[in-house]
Amino acid sequence: MSPEPIVAGVLATVLVVYELTGGADFGGGVWELLASGPRRRAQRDAIASAIGPIWEANHVWLILALVITFASFPRAFALISTALHVPLLLLLFGVVLRGTAFVFRAYDQRDDAVQARWSAIFAAASVFCPVALGVVVGALASGAVQLGSLDLVGTWLRPFPFAVGFLNLAIVSFLAAVYLTLDTRHDPPLQEDFRRRGLWAAGAVFVLAWIAFCLARDGAPEVWHGLWSSRWALPFQVAVAVCGVGCIAALWTRSFLLARDLAAVQVALVVGGWAASQYPFVVPPDLTVHEAAPHRVLWTLLAVLGAGALPLLAAYGWMVWIFKRDDAR
Amino acid sequence: MDDLLAARLQMAVSLGFHMIFATIGIGMPLLMVIAEGAWLRTREPVWLELARRWGKGTAIVFVVGAVSGTVLSFELGLLWPAFMEHAGPIIGMPFSLEGFAFFFEAIFLGIYLYGWQRVPAVAHWLAGVGVWVSGTLSGMFVVTANAWMNTPAGFTLAPDGSVATVDPFAAMMNPSAFAQVLHMTVAAFLATGWLVAGIHAWLLLSDRDNAFHRRALALCLAVATTCTVLQPITGHRVGRAVAENQPVKLAALEGLWESQRRAPFTLGGWPDEDAEITRYAIEVPALLSWVAFGDADAEVMGLKDVPADERPPVAVVHVAYQTMLATAAAMGATSVAAVVLAFVRRRVPPLDPWFLKCVVATGPLGIVGIEAGWTATEVGRQPWIVYGWMRTADAVTPVPNLAITFSLVVALYVGLGILCLVLLRRQFLNSPSFPA
Repeated sequence: MSPEPIVAGVLATVLVVYELTGGADFGGGVWELLASGPRRRAQRDAIASAIGPIWEANHVWLILALVITFASFPRAFALISTALHVPLLLLLFGVVLRGTAFVFRAYDQRDDAVQARWSAIFAAASVFCPVALGVVVGALASGAVQLGSLDLVGTWLRPFPFAVGFLNLAIVSFLAAVYLTLDTRHDPPLQEDFRRRGLWAAGAVFVLAWIAFCLARDGAPEVWHGLWSSRWALPFQVAVAVCGVGCIAALWTRSFLLARDLAAVQVALVVGGWAASQYPFVVPPDLTVHEAAPHRVLWTLLAVLGAGALPLLAAYGWMVWIFKRDDAR
Repeated sequence: MDDLLAARLQMAVSLGFHMIFATIGIGMPLLMVIAEGAWLRTREPVWLELARRWGKGTAIVFVVGAVSGTVLSFELGLLWPAFMEHAGPIIGMPFSLEGFAFFFEAIFLGIYLYGWQRVPAVAHWLAGVGVWVSGTLSGMFVVTANAWMNTPAGFTLAPDGSVATVDPFAAMMNPSAFAQVLHMTVAAFLATGWLVAGIHAWLLLSDRDNAFHRRALALCLAVATTCTVLQPITGHRVGRAVAENQPVKLAALEGLWESQRRAPFTLGGWPDEDAEITRYAIEVPALLSWVAFGDADAEVMGLKDVPADERPPVAVVHVAYQTMLATAAAMGATSVAAVVLAFVRRRVPPLDPWFLKCVVATGPLGIVGIEAGWTATEVGRQPWIVYGWMRTADAVTPVPNLAITFSLVVALYVGLGILCLVLLRRQFLNSPSFPA
């Protein structure tokens, strides 16, 4: 048995988990920017206390994905880092500003002007990062990243990558709003605020997913083919639609736990669907999963990831339990 | 500015910035855990307050370390794609382990900072221990990857120059890994100890009777002096590893041009690379041969035996190394003063104003020493990105106009550094009062 498909599966899983956790933390920043109405301050406080203790751990999923990529698919890593140098660099600036602004705000003076300045940076960077990350993914999926070409702008400055960028922004906002309905369950008016936001965001996800899908026909034919005419296309579309509609229905009827689960499954399907439609390519059209590190490296990596997974999930679970269990404020 | 130079400077600035925060992020949790442990034993509120204050400082420093570390992990590919294309799988092991360690660190830090009211006291302290241990491990793993760049091992090449086989653990346990890890880990606690000692000594100068600063200073001095005593031993191990595996780097560190037996140990001086001579130096005869090889008659290779295009920039390496040694000497002197004075005055910490001023002056030297030491290590490895195998010039990205991204990174980090100092200053100036 060859390890490449397993490593690719692990990488896709890590990316899915990052989107569901770290992605949603960016979504929190989006709602920070869009906080409005009489409970504006309460909304911001709820966001800060929901992501404060956990966002740094959630961020590590991205690092793990990066490390798995360069350890397993080094040619792909080198190629992506070169061809998508510009959006990746912009993403990094966003990551730095988002993280530091969030923490510095917590330890700076309490007066409103100072806090507002940090909030503005935190929120703006939280909007910027998911778009940049989506642009990177969109450019990659579109097949524009090719060996031997040194086009630093044409790879990503096109409609399809940006459609994916804004889709990603909608997805993380949707996740964050749905998660926040649970974090605010002891404050019904606040919970209503996030419920409404969740419904709007679900609508935005539908519209932007549809736009991205239409643009994919020319912009990313591989992905389009995978999602439209492959064997698993129909069941996949049905599953996403069921989760999406189900999530809206659950939010509508205030079944918040169910809404969260359906939202998570829906987003996992979307991200996983992208990965599956691209398989076996890591960088279409030139590099497949078989352009990988030697088998011994891959097996060792899998062994390390496997051995580390259990204690990691235990610690992660302990953290989530401490901060999200029901008696918590 | 040519793109190679811009890429190297961007990497140097990114690393130089990150290592300050990474170092303090490794060292602070130790101080914080000792203080909280003392509180659990004695139930004296001053210890709890110290742990809380240091926890806040750790939070600020940790986030800057975490995001600047993220930047670095991407920069490996953004700036050195050819290096990662070949070396990625070989050093993927320590980076994966580092990823795990970082994960635990972030989880435990979240619990530590936000969990004061939510978990039992002992569990809270254990979360702190988790931050300390995983932070330390995280640093250790990264240093083994760097050690691999200095003394590559654990792989074979195919005839076409590509990597044929890889033994990830042999790569991680490369010949300089142990020495470098030991030296840097002690350095992290040493530098943090002196830095925090310096801050509390400064505050004690105007707030002499505050038990808060007295306890803090005593604790920091204990950590700092212990590490200062250990550090020459770990440093010697690094020296032996360099002597054995990287003779050109050794010659550059010492500014030694002629191969010779009974080679002298050079103090100070300025290597003149055109004249191939080191001027104005004090030389201790035969000491280098003895230190490097344990034999005063051992032959040490000089730079003249190496083609000019395989020499590192000698002046930078030599001066950086001498700077590190000078900071070590100064920290050693302050350590001796601390111990002697503590015995003479029968008081820990000693509170003589001249001594406090000495500690203030010594405060930043650990960080300076780390920056200088890494400059010597990394510039001393040049012109290789992987010693003896891949040249830095062959690894650099083909992306043009790197001077622009370099300038942006500098601007970002200068701004971030200033803001961070302002915030930390505010934390320290609001320090609480406890009667002595």
